[in-house]
Amino acid sequence: MIKAVLIDDEPLARSIVAEYLQSYPEITIAQECNDGFEGVKAITQHKPDLIFLDIQMPKINGFEMLELIEKPPSVIFTTAFDEYAMKAFEAHAIDYLLKPFSKERFDKALQKWLSQRQQQVPQQKALLLSEEIRQPEEKNRIVVRESGNIRIIPINEVQYIEAYDDYVKIYTAKEMFLKKKTMSFYEQNLDPSQFVRVHRSYILQISHLTRIEPLEKDTHVALLKSGAKIPLSRAGYVKMKSVLGI
Amino acid sequence: MILKNYSYRKLALTYVIWCSCWVGLQGFALHFTFGFPWRLALLDAAITNLLLALAGYAMISGMRFYQPNQVGRLLISVMFSGLCMLIFMQTMKGFEIEDPFYYEFLERSMVIRALYGWLMVSLISTISWLWSSVKEQQEMEVRNASTEKLAREAELSRIRQQLQPHFLFNSLNSISALAGSRPEQARKMIQQLSDFLRGTLKKDDQQLVTLSEELEHLNLYLEIEKVRFGHRLNTSVVCDPAATAMKMPSLLLQPVVENAIKFGLYDTTGETEITIEGKSEDGYLVIRVRNPFDPGTSAPRQGTGYGLSSVQRRLYLLYARQDLLTTEQNENIFTTLIKIPQ
Repeated sequence: MIKAVLIDDEPLARSIVAEYLQSYPEITIAQECNDGFEGVKAITQHKPDLIFLDIQMPKINGFEMLELIEKPPSVIFTTAFDEYAMKAFEAHAIDYLLKPFSKERFDKALQKWLSQRQQQVPQQKALLLSEEIRQPEEKNRIVVRESGNIRIIPINEVQYIEAYDDYVKIYTAKEMFLKKKTMSFYEQNLDPSQFVRVHRSYILQISHLTRIEPLEKDTHVALLKSGAKIPLSRAGYVKMKSVLGI
Repeated sequence: MILKNYSYRKLALTYVIWCSCWVGLQGFALHFTFGFPWRLALLDAAITNLLLALAGYAMISGMRFYQPNQVGRLLISVMFSGLCMLIFMQTMKGFEIEDPFYYEFLERSMVIRALYGWLMVSLISTISWLWSSVKEQQEMEVRNASTEKLAREAELSRIRQQLQPHFLFNSLNSISALAGSRPEQARKMIQQLSDFLRGTLKKDDQQLVTLSEELEHLNLYLEIEKVRFGHRLNTSVVCDPAATAMKMPSLLLQPVVENAIKFGLYDTTGETEITIEGKSEDGYLVIRVRNPFDPGTSAPRQGTGYGLSSVQRRLYLLYARQDLLTTEQNENIFTTLIKIPQ
């Protein structure tokens, strides 16, 4: 038995997928979800083999939802015209269905997935994809999972980010969150006039900075409003000076 | 601009060549027909034509600012040529030429000279008038073409703005879903979508409509969105009886409400209530559109954000005021306020 979960904020959009799935008796719909929060819960609970996922959804979008799942299942995206996503989809040849889609198109996507599944082709493409394509709203927030709950951190509250093995630690004034991402990802995707990689292991947000002090010969330390001290590498210090214009 | 300068230079050059030709011709005639020495013949011809050229130039320049009718042009040309003759006679007398026949010749050729002068001046003015009217025609064509192009672009961008592809494709997807299970409803939604699109296409930007007409069009949009989002979307429209007949630019509300719906639906997970309220306040039609949002996760907004800037731009183009669209955030309610001067 193959388990599927449908995640879309429009009930009618889910109903058409459900209708098309009726001709596949081996696939059962474990749950239908209205948004990414329900999606994360349903995936954790049911461990589906396949999900149908919309991109534009309340609070967190489809890409952000995938980031919160440790081992995401296979994904078929269902979306209306979306200029941001289109290019990435095409580049990665991941299966996606453009709304409104026909039964034939749907069957083609499903057949492709079924045959890949039999040959046990690893299906990690969805994650690669979400690394590369960013929706505009993702520049304004970071979505993290914290003991079962999903937290949305507005980007201006992020003080600094620290490397931590395969993870990064994201620090706000009071809290710290872990997220499975790379430093270079944040270096590339956050606003470079606000976020500066001052050290191999640190990215800090300029608006939280109070001052920079010399530490030893050639090394400096940045003091944040919260009192945290961040070491600056020599290259980081140079970069900092150019961003601050001094 | 370069083209314009270029053609003015060309005109001036033509003018100088034209004038020199006549100097040559007249000098030639005076020398060979009447037997005056070359020096005198050319002096006579040069002064005559120089004066006529000046008179012609004065007429051309004058006509750039003032376009007289046919009779007026005739009178002015007669006046200018007479003036030329007078100055010419005085100048030639001033030279105290020794040739005894010359002054006699001058007296006798007065009438013919005056006629010649008048012909020249009218010719110059007619040609320049023709030239400038052709020029004007061309410029007008260029202007018309560019205005037309601008209007088309504006229309296209308006259509693009109204027909958010996301909205269109998702609506079509809903229709596709309904077609299988509830064909009657699918048909109804196609009807609503068609009416909405038709309303979007036929209205023009400058047109003023009453608030109730605008709300009628908006209602088509709201009905479609409600089918899409089901129970999650609630809307309420409250309107002062005094405000319903007030005028506003057509198709202004839909992008504002679309913005509110997107903001409301994508920033909260539960039910979303959008309220639209029309009032008459101090000679303004005041429309408030409210949507809920989550202050905890939404970054504070700068300015108006989202699709509101184009609405603000349109209001500015129509009323030359920047303060007609404002927004405010109150706890978890975002309000867009539009004021339309009556």
